Amino acid sequence: MSTTTEKPPVTKSTQKYIGRAMKRVEDPRLLKGVGTYVDDVQLAGVVHAEFVRSPHANASIKSINTDAAKKLPGVIGVFTGADINEKAGTIPCASPLPGGKSPVHTVLAGSRVYFVGHPVAVVVAKTRAIARDALELVEVDYEPIPAVIDPEKALEKGSALTHPELGTNVAFTWGLAGGDVDAAFKEADRVFKLRILHQRVTPMAIEPRGCAASWHSGESSLTLWTSTQIPHLIRTLLPGMIGIPENKLRVVTPEVGGGFGSKLNLYSEEAVVSHLAMRLNRPTKWIEGRRENAAVTIHGRDQIGDHEVAIKNDGTVLAIRSNIIADIGSYLQLLTPAIPTLTGLMIGGCYKLKAVKVDITGVHTNKMSADAYRGAGRPEATYIIERVMDYVADELGLDPIEVRLKNMPQSGEFPFTTITGLQYDSGNYQAALEKAKELAQWPRLLKERENARAEGRLFGIGLSTYVEICALGPSKIMAAGGWEWGCVRIEISGKVTVITGATPHGQGQETSFAQIAADRLGIPIEDIVVLRGDTATAHFGRDTYGSRATALGGTAIAMSIDKIIEKTKTLAAALLEAAPADIEFAEGKFFVRGSEAKSIGWGQLASEAYVAKNLPPGFEPGLEASSFFEPPNCTFPFGTHICAVEVDRDTGQVKILKYTAVDDCGKQVNPLLIEGQVQGGIAQSLGAALMERTVYDENGQLLTGEFMDYAIPRALDIPEYALGSTETPSPSNLLGVKGVGEAGTIGATPCIGNAVIDALSPLGIRHVDLPFTPERVWRAIQEKGGTL
Amino acid sequence: MIPAAFDYVRASSLNEALDLLAKHGDDAKILAGGHSLIPAMKLRLSQPKVVIDISRIADLHSVNQQNGKIAIGALTTHYEIESSDLLKRACPLLPEVAGSIGDVQVRNKGTVGGSCVHADPAGDWPAAMLALDAEFEIAGPNGSRTVAANDFFVDILTSAVEPGEILKFIHVPATANTAAYVKFAQKASGFAIAGVAAVVDKTKKEVAVAVTGVAAKAYRASGTESSLRGVEPTADSIATAAEKAADGIDPLSDIHASADFRAHLARVQAKRALWAAVSRG
Ligand SMILES: Cc1cc2nc3c(=O)[nH]c(=O)nc-3n(C[C@H](O)[C@H](O)[C@H](O)COP(=O)(O)OP(=O)(O)OC[C@H]3O[C@@H](n4cnc5c(N)ncnc54)[C@H](O)[C@@H]3O)c2cc1C
Repeated sequence: MSTTTEKPPVTKSTQKYIGRAMKRVEDPRLLKGVGTYVDDVQLAGVVHAEFVRSPHANASIKSINTDAAKKLPGVIGVFTGADINEKAGTIPCASPLPGGKSPVHTVLAGSRVYFVGHPVAVVVAKTRAIARDALELVEVDYEPIPAVIDPEKALEKGSALTHPELGTNVAFTWGLAGGDVDAAFKEADRVFKLRILHQRVTPMAIEPRGCAASWHSGESSLTLWTSTQIPHLIRTLLPGMIGIPENKLRVVTPEVGGGFGSKLNLYSEEAVVSHLAMRLNRPTKWIEGRRENAAVTIHGRDQIGDHEVAIKNDGTVLAIRSNIIADIGSYLQLLTPAIPTLTGLMIGGCYKLKAVKVDITGVHTNKMSADAYRGAGRPEATYIIERVMDYVADELGLDPIEVRLKNMPQSGEFPFTTITGLQYDSGNYQAALEKAKELAQWPRLLKERENARAEGRLFGIGLSTYVEICALGPSKIMAAGGWEWGCVRIEISGKVTVITGATPHGQGQETSFAQIAADRLGIPIEDIVVLRGDTATAHFGRDTYGSRATALGGTAIAMSIDKIIEKTKTLAAALLEAAPADIEFAEGKFFVRGSEAKSIGWGQLASEAYVAKNLPPGFEPGLEASSFFEPPNCTFPFGTHICAVEVDRDTGQVKILKYTAVDDCGKQVNPLLIEGQVQGGIAQSLGAALMERTVYDENGQLLTGEFMDYAIPRALDIPEYALGSTETPSPSNLLGVKGVGEAGTIGATPCIGNAVIDALSPLGIRHVDLPFTPERVWRAIQEKGGTL
Repeated sequence: MIPAAFDYVRASSLNEALDLLAKHGDDAKILAGGHSLIPAMKLRLSQPKVVIDISRIADLHSVNQQNGKIAIGALTTHYEIESSDLLKRACPLLPEVAGSIGDVQVRNKGTVGGSCVHADPAGDWPAAMLALDAEFEIAGPNGSRTVAANDFFVDILTSAVEPGEILKFIHVPATANTAAYVKFAQKASGFAIAGVAAVVDKTKKEVAVAVTGVAAKAYRASGTESSLRGVEPTADSIATAAEKAADGIDPLSDIHASADFRAHLARVQAKRALWAAVSRG
């Protein structure tokens, strides 16, 4: 793989760090293997938990016999649902929808199991190996029940029920309508229908989950180390479950080896391990295995959509009417219902539709829960609307670029209110598209396609112009606060400690937040340390998901610095014998306006502020401030992706020849980190487009439970990238940043999909479902009579 | 991912390994590169009480040529074959196959012998060994015996190596460079969905074509071979012959490739392998 990236724009201001492609301060410890992950946490006297898991997708439990397991030397205890469920609460869903029906989600199964991997009992032993041995000695008598697997069949009358007590497989329905849909369809020159599947995928973070808990009996308090994206949300939710006050729980998130949304949850194992540590009064640890990770950590996507599109003959897209079935699996996890609603909200993409109507049905099946996976609902929405745009072009014989341009708002129209009621903060979609065309050498690509087709090769070009929603989000749209918190402390030595509640866990904000702070304080970046991921240090926070950390957490830090600067002016005024109103601050120095030669810096001021002998009257010692930033709106990054693919006619194999992406994530703090996010996002998206899929058979057995069967992209699958950007600041925060964590996964799948279908179009193929596996593509070719 | 408890013994000679095997019987397993055995143990699909490590028996770690025959020690790693100058010259098909196996770590540890004994239906070596008419020299408590490739791969995960026996050497003939291996890999595992080894003898107008990944065990595509017997291998004759590459075969079917698709890929890959082999001449 090679990547060409344009040089970051040279900034002329006094800013030194923001905008600079800086290597991550996190990297050396991670590369040298001296970072601390949960499994590296050493606790004296620790005991190990392993879970007995259901081999059936649906079964009632007749009996559980733990005697033999308990007798195994080294086993400390074996606990079933009957022993634990009353004491460890139920797994919360933070985004239930009105009228929704959901089962009580106990931490261990009760009298029935609902998916393969459902935890039935937990074994605790002196070593992990003994615990693993003991698992085999726990005898569970299951009576299998036919599983509910196909979400469409699950909606039919008389279907077996995942949760019989609910009387239905419908977990929730949710509707969204904007504009006059009927009128738009009447006005249409043409109407077409498109059925689009978005397959279930498994996040497969390189580090599976894991947690360790320690009960401090003297203090009656608990520390939980867990590989999570959301220590603060866990601290909000877990205490009530395990029966301790919030202020007796400390949650620590050490290094996290990938989350991608799969660790944006409160899982059974975290509650069970916490409970066991208290119950046994011994530190207890559980490390998820890879097969467990594939089976019992949330899955993503899994939607079936029937879409009806109203268009004018000039390429104007008037309206979309969609019916979406979301296969959410057996239980609601933290954000399960919210994910398809994001699809609904974003279904109009970056276009000026007149009307939209989306009806979503969440369906319970005997599978692992679906929840947020990198992009969370937006990749699905973008896939739909970007396939629609290509379909319109194809239907009308128009250029796909022209169709898109025709339907996009102009840059002068921002803030742009969509028909679904969102306010897109800022944008210049045409500029990103233009730049992507340039980077991709569009005319040359067209020529290459023409030549390839003349030789009978299946060569396709794909395009996607996406917009997404980031920086989630104002508290009014979030379940429990959408603000973010930050704290800045100038230490007595003049060194600076920055604390963020946003819990970055690999995205690189230990670096980018230091860049923000260094510029704003006017100090060298080496003087700054960024702390994260410990509720005892980061007192508040709403954590990382939905590309919110830089826009919200970064802003909270900037606000805190501004407060410190304001406060320090009083101190500087006293020391410089001037009025506070006459003090100015620039490049790390305070001085009296007009006499810059005589200035004081942070070192001296910090020392004065803490030694506190010469403070002006009323000046509180110390230089520290913290802030909650409540954003007025989400942010809406956008961009254009273009790629070229070639399909092997004989084998159905798709090869991506070149990939171009221009992403606009607002103001760029660190272009290197942005590029990394985009590269990784495209790679994951490529996986979803070409190979990844979570497969359950008709009995609910998981057939993709390990890397032997679940394909993810490897280095050799990654094409040559040409990456670029435009920079349209967001008005929603003082840094102007938007967010870029999910851009790649949102923009790339439709781009690759459109390219593959374009490649196949000379054969008369107009649609193939995701993922474009060789067999699926080969079959599509066969159906059109394509020959060997 | 934690294996059941087991004892570990390292054998320093073939005889010692055979004695240990005799002593422990069914409770024991031979460990060569460990790249099939250890994953199976971690999943507890295999739970030997004793693991006999033969990986340091130096005699079985070699590639030697004598009178047009090449003897490859069972413990020779994929990487050693991939990088062997002798083989690149005398039997270039083998380095080509070795290079297509797994990743660098797998090639550094995995052995050709372990791979053949393991007889994974999607393993790469069986195709090459069948196409080369390799002979397998197996040591047992009562001395050695030799088994032809055709009889060596018995069934899914079953080779002719009996309990108590150890594969010593694999003998292959020196072969011209008109040979090729092409593999359509399963995307997740990297193993073969359809791997075809073709050896073309242009003077005799004979070809050998063997297919792995498609059926429960690797097989010689006899229809394809006879179709090219005594025939000039041209694009047309190869295409016609390749059509027969899955004749009479009961293809495997799984989520990665249905039976139809596997059979189709066997034909496509046979064509490509033959064409690649011919083009090298
Ligand atoms: C990630 C990964 C990817 C892989 N990809 C591929 C691939 O693309 N293609 C492919 O073909 N293979 C692949 N493999 C398998 C790899 O080639 C193994 O090395 C091979 O299957 C077994 O060889 P080994 O030396 O590791 O045998 P071991 O695992 O040590 O043993 C395998 C079995 O053979 C027995 N055995 C070993 N040696 C002898 C002997 N001399 N005599 C008698 N019995 C013996 C053992 O008792 C055991 O039952 C992959 C493996 C991994 C882990």
